[in-house]
Amino acid sequence: MTIQVSASTIPNPEELGLTAVPDRKDAYLTGLLTQCQAQDLQIIDPEIVALLSDVRDRASLWVNKLTIPTKRDEEWRFTDLSPLLQVNFQTPDKFDLPQSAVAAFILPEAPIRLVYVNGVYAPQLSAVADLPEGLVVSNLAGLPVTHRTKVGKYLAQQQGATEVFTALNTAGLTDAAVVWVSKNTVVETPIHLLFISTTGEVPVISQPRSLVVAEAGSKLSLIEHYVANVEGCPDIPVNHPYFTNQVTEIWVEENAQVNHTRNQREAGEAFHIGKSAIAQARNSRYTCNAISLGAKLSRHTLEVFQTGEGTETTLNGLTIIGGEQLADTHSAIALNHPNGITNQLHKCIVDDRAHAVFNGKVFVPQAAQLTNAGQLNRNLLLSPKARVDTKPQLEITADNVKCSHGATVSQLDAEEVFYLQSRGLNEADARNLLIEAFVAEIVNRIPVASLRQRLARCAACRTS
Amino acid sequence: MIIENSEVILSVRNLTADVDGNQILKGLNLEVKAGEIHAIMGPNGSGKSTFSKVLAGHPAYEVTGGEVIFQGQNLLEMEPEERAIAGIFLAFQYPIEIPGVSNLDFLRVAYNSRRKSQGLEEIDTFDFEDLIQEKLEIVKMNPSFLERSLNEGFSGGEKKRNEILQMALLEPKLGILDETDSGLDIDALKIVADGVNQLTSPENATILITHYQRLLNYIEPDFVHVMAEGRILTSGSKELALELEERGYDWVLEQEATEVAAR
Repeated sequence: MTIQVSASTIPNPEELGLTAVPDRKDAYLTGLLTQCQAQDLQIIDPEIVALLSDVRDRASLWVNKLTIPTKRDEEWRFTDLSPLLQVNFQTPDKFDLPQSAVAAFILPEAPIRLVYVNGVYAPQLSAVADLPEGLVVSNLAGLPVTHRTKVGKYLAQQQGATEVFTALNTAGLTDAAVVWVSKNTVVETPIHLLFISTTGEVPVISQPRSLVVAEAGSKLSLIEHYVANVEGCPDIPVNHPYFTNQVTEIWVEENAQVNHTRNQREAGEAFHIGKSAIAQARNSRYTCNAISLGAKLSRHTLEVFQTGEGTETTLNGLTIIGGEQLADTHSAIALNHPNGITNQLHKCIVDDRAHAVFNGKVFVPQAAQLTNAGQLNRNLLLSPKARVDTKPQLEITADNVKCSHGATVSQLDAEEVFYLQSRGLNEADARNLLIEAFVAEIVNRIPVASLRQRLARCAACRTS
Repeated sequence: MIIENSEVILSVRNLTADVDGNQILKGLNLEVKAGEIHAIMGPNGSGKSTFSKVLAGHPAYEVTGGEVIFQGQNLLEMEPEERAIAGIFLAFQYPIEIPGVSNLDFLRVAYNSRRKSQGLEEIDTFDFEDLIQEKLEIVKMNPSFLERSLNEGFSGGEKKRNEILQMALLEPKLGILDETDSGLDIDALKIVADGVNQLTSPENATILITHYQRLLNYIEPDFVHVMAEGRILTSGSKELALELEERGYDWVLEQEATEVAAR
């Protein structure tokens, strides 16, 4: 049997009549592409090899036609990637980490986990024995035969695949962390996907890829976690840059529910560019809790595509940055069917000379009647040099919908501080309590208690 | 209650204060002794609320002259939290809503700030919950309010009851109630007033700031002061409040004008 790759997702540029478009010859991008294409395929199953070769080839064609975005590109207006271009990244050599290196990241509530080190599967650090029935958690090579024939329907099939960093990831695709829940299966414990980067003299690029399929009527909670193997607090820069360019595809089929927590805690000198692409079928529910604390420069692109009516989408976001950090969140919810409900709350706390960017698109076309969409972006600036660029962007053509949006940028409210002081708290404690509350509104939505506690502690440490 | 020779808790002399460069308080004098309840009444814009904020130490109000002695200490040199710990409590006219801070946690943090400053050990969660249960009865508050975010989504009456609950917990030497009756229906007013009455004692004192006489039917003041133009124009017993209710504030202002003209 041959696996059909749908032409709509990564179209061959030539099929689109783009033969006339010359290859751009972005030397930096071509360099990255060459590095990533050289990665070995550690898979022997011929069907999967064929699938990977096909999507890699198509994606490579796109990368050759694209360039690294600049601030002249609307989608990158506030995020200057030039610091990235000053580093010569290389694909990493195989790197073995001892068991003790993951101990600090393990979540007791999430006993099932896949661990990748510099983008390479680390079976000795993973815990996937005794999986409950109806659940597959595996690297691509370890996928059961039953799933190998179906994977082509999902892997690299999300919309938005021709965006340059997504295409770069796909062009180097050799493996994926796969979480697959069968029809009507409820997975009791969260699944932990842990991506560890090592820092060293040679700056490395790693391109983690995840594929999550929640079949009809299933229920899943997922923790996607990006960390660095460094001594002490990862936020303290050690002058060892690395680059994570990751893509996660999530398929939420009819009546399925996925709760997705994404925790970006890269080291202080890291570059992190991430894509979460979600397809939501009829009556499905998807919740994202996206936390960004790490990296010198980070971008999270979160795209939700509604493929059937009556979906519920909840996007919670929290960015806490200081120093010279830049953290960019671009979200888009593309509705295309009636009766969808979307709720988004994105918060940023920005200290020192850090810079947060938020762009939240919600598309409500004529087909999406009776949509109920709400979006709020709240920003707290803790320093006079801190900066936020925020742009809520609701594009509504349907006429019978309820949509609201708002954005606030403020410092701590002097009246709130005074109220707490008048009850005996000193000014520093009053400020900390207010920041804690600002953080808690998002963190408390994360379904894993140990992670909530860790994040609350980190937030308190970062903002006091 | 008026007690012979009781301790002077608060002494305000010739207090003047500005907000945004506008003078609001223009020479205010007041003495409050232990056991007493003072009502400060007056028309809108007379400076009543400014006075309460100045006593609590709000940073937007600048004291330009005069003195405020609280139990022998110069209050004006103290930070807002030092005043709170020393025993000043302001029940806000518009209590602030703080999403994300649970009412229970807030109350415990406030209570423990006080204990820490007194050199006492902080009270743990379990002992605190016992303590707060007792205090809830004073304002007939449902324990479910403890789990909610501080004042968030509370009705006007619930917010005011929550203020009195805080007062019950912090046991101030001087409670200042700024328009606590505003926005309350009669049942809520009775509950709040009943709570305040349970908290008054010969050792503490209360200042009620109000626009209407209604509250004074339920909390009986020992003194009534009429404030206008940033000063106390006249003072009297609780009968003065009834007279104000009947005749309005104009006659006090006219009387003052006549007296000034005669000088």
